[in-house]
Amino acid sequence: MSADRNTPNTPPAENAAGGPDAPRPDEAAAEPTEGTELIRFEAVTKRFGAHTVLDALDMKVYTGKHVTLIGPSGSGKTTILRLMMTLLKPDEGTIKLGDRYLTHEEKGGRLVPASDRYSREVRKNIGMVFQQFNLFPNMKVLRNITEAPVHVLGLDKDAAEERARELLELVGLTAHLDKYPTQLSGGQQQRVAIARALAMRPQVLLLDEVTSALDPELVAGVLDVLRDIAHTTDITMLCVTHEMNFARDISDCVMMFDAGRVIEFGPPEQIFTEPAHERTREFLSAVL
Amino acid sequence: MTFDWSAVGHFMPMFWKGVVVTLQALVLGSLIAFALGLVWALAQRSSLKAVRWPVMVITEFVRNTPLLVQLFFLFYVMPEWGITLSALATGVIGLGLHYSTYTAEVYRAGIDGVPAGQWEAAIALSLPRRRTWTAVILPQAIRRVAPALGNYVIAMLKDSPMLFAIGVLEMLGEARQFSSQTFQTVEPYTVVGVAFLLIAYPASLLLRALERRLVR
Amino acid sequence: MSDITWGLWQLLFKGVWITVQLTVYSAALAAVVAFGIGIARTHRLWIVRFLSGAYFEIFRGTSALILMFWMFFVLPMGFGWQLVPMWAAVLTLGLTYGAYGSEVVRGAIAAVPAGQREAGVALSFSPAQQLRKIVLPQAWPGMIPPFNNLLIELLKGTALVSILGVGDIAFGASLVRNATAHSAPVYTIILVMYFVLAFLLTRGMRVVERHAKAGVGQAPAARTSLRSRLSTGPAVTGAGAAAEGDAR
Repeated sequence: MSADRNTPNTPPAENAAGGPDAPRPDEAAAEPTEGTELIRFEAVTKRFGAHTVLDALDMKVYTGKHVTLIGPSGSGKTTILRLMMTLLKPDEGTIKLGDRYLTHEEKGGRLVPASDRYSREVRKNIGMVFQQFNLFPNMKVLRNITEAPVHVLGLDKDAAEERARELLELVGLTAHLDKYPTQLSGGQQQRVAIARALAMRPQVLLLDEVTSALDPELVAGVLDVLRDIAHTTDITMLCVTHEMNFARDISDCVMMFDAGRVIEFGPPEQIFTEPAHERTREFLSAVL
Repeated sequence: MTFDWSAVGHFMPMFWKGVVVTLQALVLGSLIAFALGLVWALAQRSSLKAVRWPVMVITEFVRNTPLLVQLFFLFYVMPEWGITLSALATGVIGLGLHYSTYTAEVYRAGIDGVPAGQWEAAIALSLPRRRTWTAVILPQAIRRVAPALGNYVIAMLKDSPMLFAIGVLEMLGEARQFSSQTFQTVEPYTVVGVAFLLIAYPASLLLRALERRLVR
Repeated sequence: MSDITWGLWQLLFKGVWITVQLTVYSAALAAVVAFGIGIARTHRLWIVRFLSGAYFEIFRGTSALILMFWMFFVLPMGFGWQLVPMWAAVLTLGLTYGAYGSEVVRGAIAAVPAGQREAGVALSFSPAQQLRKIVLPQAWPGMIPPFNNLLIELLKGTALVSILGVGDIAFGASLVRNATAHSAPVYTIILVMYFVLAFLLTRGMRVVERHAKAGVGQAPAARTSLRSRLSTGPAVTGAGAAAEGDAR
């Protein structure tokens, strides 16, 4: 484990807006490139059958930045998160986390597709919150949170529980630690899922439409927790959402996707108020 | 291990006789199982408790007790009651009766699976009760459950060797007879075992294909 | 029934004990086979899936009685192993019903939502940890009703051993029949004995099911009628299993 692992308790980085490279050189040149690079997609292509979801995508995310991916459904946003989590393998291209490849490993000076063992090691630095929560129904709330820290990171049980209690306090669910997930509302389950992801102390947190499966009145509670985390920690976030106000609040950078490509990116105030691209304008007027 | 191919050759005439008897038992047993199962399934939907209850008790009892013992029961007890049938006829009845309790469940599931809207449409059209069943409900139900019924035919095939225990000379019975006459056991039992695989596996592939076509 | 003497009753009850033993040993072997083969059939290496799938197809396509004969008569001739009839029976029943059970295990594993495995990946669990901690505990409650059906099929299958001369209930019945010269009473009695055993098994499995469901945070199942709970069926193929699912 790296010593410089971010924790949700460290103060936020003071970097100004950082952002990814776009596939278009003219736009990429306009983007400030300060900070350390944490995530790098290089010429990543992903196809499902004959359908190309991502088309030679290049992008960078700097440490501590909060990047929101927006765009019509089917534009490849979720695919990016699933590639990061190694739930999918790219057909072409490479993905790097820090100075290590996620998708490949170096063997004898050559890049070969990553073995399962290698992927497992690298992805310990990445956490993910799913649209459908995916809490383990056979474990109570506390054990949902402690299971991976104990059995994957090798933390001792008391320390893991101590940390789980802190995280439950952060998400406002201390009273529910002894319940099964099915006894909680969707919003509560999603907050547990957030705590579970943070318990692994990931460098990167992936949020995949985390409020889409929730009843409208439960959305605010989950977003408040995420705002809190975004503003009080320097964890790097990659977020797919349809909640544009939330995106505006937490993002350092918003990337607009269409048909497997980034067609536009920039700070939220720029994208939401004066989008340069016609498709972005259409999309925003449809969702706002 | 010595495997005497000439013994296989000698067994073949008896084997084919056994195959014919096995297939007879299977076809007749299936017909009884399909027909009687439908009777049980419909009787269980009767509005009369005096019909539902005995049928439920009988089918539960038959389904949860061994076919082999039922065969012995039929074979030894029916003559005491003055009914004397051939071993094959007894075996066919036993197989058919036993599996009718399974097909009854299959039909029941199929009937329950017909959407409520179909019943409502039949009522809205003032179709008579009998017509509702024969023209609307059963055709849909049976189409859905045809592969499941087929699976029970395969199950019956695999249970048919039990008939040898009451003296029916089906495939296993012929093998047993051959080995007691010639003291060659390896070959006849192996031939019969392989024959079952050769019948049962393609049949189950066929049913899976049928299932994909019919059950949507 | 009056002509069945105390000695003959003892014979029948000895048979019940043998039948219970056969059922327990065969079920234990079948459970090991069912989980081993069932999990292997979901393995990521194709060769493991192929071999375990072949095992399933072969044992599913075989008649238990013929396999039992083969184990009893051919194995000793061919390989020089003489199996005690009891163990030939346990081996046959365990391997056969284990093959059916593997389909239950495979199906229940496949029914666990993909998101559960994905969450396991996101938390960096190893494949073995995912199986042990996430997939199997969730799949287990769903396996119990079809396992109950198979258990009753297995119980019924134990009657086959009487043909090999093992002294189970059915064998005891043939002795009693010879002694009394009446068939109706003794065969009625042993059919009832089998039915009672099947009923007890179903009761036991229902208790197991209730515990299993409580263990994954599901509400205990509402009490259903004996009728639907006793419904059994030989899980012949995937389609058969599906039909049972419908019938439950």
